[in-house]
Amino acid sequence: MSAPNPKFDFDIAVVGSGPAGLAAAALAASKGASVVLLDEQAEPGGQIYRAVTETPVRDRKVLGPDYWHGAELLGPLRDSGAVHWPGTTVWSVARPREDAGDGHRPIQIGLSRNGSAAMLTVRHVILATGALERPFPIPGWTLPGVLGAGAAQVLLKTSGLVPSGATVMAGSGPLLWLLAWQYLQAGARIDAILDTTPKQNWRAALPLLPGFLRSPYLGKGMKLMLDVRRKLTVIGNVTALRAEGDGALKSVVYTRNGTEHRLPADTLLLHQGVIPNLNLANATGCAQRWDGQQRCWRPTTDDWGATSVEGVSLAGDGAGIGGARAAEEAGRLAALDALHRLGRIGREQRDQSAVPVRTALDRALTGRAFLDTLYTPAEAFRVPADDTIVCRCEEITAGAVREAVRLGCSGPNQAKSFLRCGMGPCQGRLCGPTVTEVIAAERGVSPAEVGYYRLRPPVKPITLAELAALPKTAADIDAVFKH
Amino acid sequence: MFRRLPEIETAPNAAAQAVAFTIDGRPASARAGDSVAAALLANGVTACRNTPVSGAARGPYCMMGVCFDCLVTIDGTGNRQGCQVRVAPGMAVETQNGKREVER
Repeated sequence: MSAPNPKFDFDIAVVGSGPAGLAAAALAASKGASVVLLDEQAEPGGQIYRAVTETPVRDRKVLGPDYWHGAELLGPLRDSGAVHWPGTTVWSVARPREDAGDGHRPIQIGLSRNGSAAMLTVRHVILATGALERPFPIPGWTLPGVLGAGAAQVLLKTSGLVPSGATVMAGSGPLLWLLAWQYLQAGARIDAILDTTPKQNWRAALPLLPGFLRSPYLGKGMKLMLDVRRKLTVIGNVTALRAEGDGALKSVVYTRNGTEHRLPADTLLLHQGVIPNLNLANATGCAQRWDGQQRCWRPTTDDWGATSVEGVSLAGDGAGIGGARAAEEAGRLAALDALHRLGRIGREQRDQSAVPVRTALDRALTGRAFLDTLYTPAEAFRVPADDTIVCRCEEITAGAVREAVRLGCSGPNQAKSFLRCGMGPCQGRLCGPTVTEVIAAERGVSPAEVGYYRLRPPVKPITLAELAALPKTAADIDAVFKH
Repeated sequence: MFRRLPEIETAPNAAAQAVAFTIDGRPASARAGDSVAAALLANGVTACRNTPVSGAARGPYCMMGVCFDCLVTIDGTGNRQGCQVRVAPGMAVETQNGKREVER
């Protein structure tokens, strides 16, 4: 799929090869646009379909039919003529101030491939950066042996690895149950699932149940949960969690109905839902808003996925969590709109082509409100106690963040300069939502008022050697010598 | 601690898929397609570095390139994201102590 001498100029760049990116790139290229699909992984699929082309887990019942659906997205991509650059890290998306001499200001994408950086010129970019697991700050969550459930699922998909020794899963949300079910199919050991779904969430979600009854996820979800509950030890109403060990995990301490219990554990898999992976959108300047229902920041988009930045669209979970099938359809909508903006299809053709896509999207999103409400993480796990590390990189506790608020810090960006919180290599991905929530709770205002980190490119670290490999224009050289 | 599913260990291509590499100079074996982080876990190495701040042990947490807890030294280059690099024959993986050292 990749040309031996790659060109660096395309109509459309799609960033991320999960369901949204795969569908967007295939549709846009099939209509004649020149498209490049950029992705950090060696193989297409994103996280949800990670390693779908090469997973060593050949027994299809282990990962389940929803996973294998991902393979169906690869044919259309191959046939579309889109260029796929795997192993490519995008670290910047920007529109230069000066036009290219023809009155146009195309978008420049900074990327790294095979150890060298390059600049790509495109007229439209579709960000399909997907989701990451919501931070789950508990005491001891930085210990080796504690991983995200999503991380464990990646180990299963890419390498056929399952936990050995005493294994505890803890948290809330569909992915936790799906992974438990996949482990059951694979014959892996799970000692207990500690369900942290707050009791009152059921009451809040009940009025939304009729909507969920029409959801395509209902049957699958029910079967899966019943299966897991029948075969595994599920401990509900868990209100507090702690991982303990000296240099590595040894045990998990949990509170249920006011009583503390301890379980030996070599592996603890934490999960409380997923949130948009918005670092690139944020650093690109896309406006974002606080979503009170999903309790996360999400970039603001119109119903085509267009952001506040001209020529930049967002599709899939990166724009708000809707799941893999919804992401696929959102990718198609973003592609249709990009084609229209580039003058390749008329408005009427765009709108007509979008009709069946929107129907499929609505169907995929049916009952989402029920899931969002039911699986809203308990406050104790969003706004942790003082002794809990919130910023893993710089080892900053929730207590230190609260102290900074008492000293007059009103938001995450001030907390950064007070504490270095959010200034480590992960650039706030693992602490941002928690820091917003902790500051909001301490100030007694809404997260929306507190705000989020202002992120800057490069959104992934790049070496000087990679930067030095950038081809330099006469203007670049002048900028250094004449100033 | 993680183990490989038996169906993979006994697959006809298992031997062809084996990749020999080293962890802190010790010989180790992984499977083609494993990331370095996965290869460490498959070899029972749960901690891949000590933090520069407190010296606490850390291991992979996200496996998707966002948490930066799986930083290791690969073939002499420090601060590589182990979960983003595929293990290769003869690769020298070293657990990392604190910050990346100058010239590594």
